[in-house]
Amino acid sequence: MLTEVNQRKARGRLGRDVQSKIGQQLRAMYDNVVNEGVPDRFGEMLRQLDEQKGTEATSKPEPEKGVN
Amino acid sequence: MLEPTLRDQMLSTVPSLRAFAISLSGNVDRADDLVQETLLRAIANIESFQPGTNMSAWLFTILRNLFRSEYRKRRREVEDTDGSYAESLKSHPEQSSRLEFNEFKAALGKLPPDQREALILVGASGFSYEEAAAICECAVGTIKSRVNRARNRLADLLAIEGTDDFGPDHATRAILAAGGRG
Repeated sequence: MLTEVNQRKARGRLGRDVQSKIGQQLRAMYDNVVNEGVPDRFGEMLRQLDEQKGTEATSKPEPEKGVN
Repeated sequence: MLEPTLRDQMLSTVPSLRAFAISLSGNVDRADDLVQETLLRAIANIESFQPGTNMSAWLFTILRNLFRSEYRKRRREVEDTDGSYAESLKSHPEQSSRLEFNEFKAALGKLPPDQREALILVGASGFSYEEAAAICECAVGTIKSRVNRARNRLADLLAIEGTDDFGPDHATRAILAAGGRG
């Protein structure tokens, strides 16, 4: 039983260095995009939506909760 | 009206959403359209978001569903045999050589979409297996096995066996490190 498990581990599992190398490359690739930050179009879009809604419903966006 | 805190949470998820969208669609412009549509959907359905729960997991789920339905509609494979997927991903990491990095991206492009997605959610976006399973609407065990298979396949494709066997051979790497002079 035990040997079976070990064999499966040996076959199916990668060593830690291999895993960490794959992880490093993966994050490097991903972070290249993440580090570009938020492109202007998205901030702009949300701002415009806010303004639209603001003029539709002229009520103040104040929350009704008490102040802490 | 979108509460400022929710809006800030959404905006702060955008960089990571884009990275995920690019990895799904393999195309920066399409990825940005996907992110935009995701934000619009999210705002339209903001009542269904429970404050205090994970905003980024929620947005990732929406984006993935949008991508899937679009994909089904178009019936077009994103499968990347000629390397266009890999090319669409920008490169210039300082910590490893460009050649090594391009090899990695090409290998990633060869993974089945399900495996690539699982690997990225867990290995790059930083989601737990449980969160990734919720995003992909499948069992935790399924995510684990996809991630495992993805890693094994990548290791095969890149022929990594031990510490020193990643990417180009030593000579090539030495040349690259020395600034390309041979």
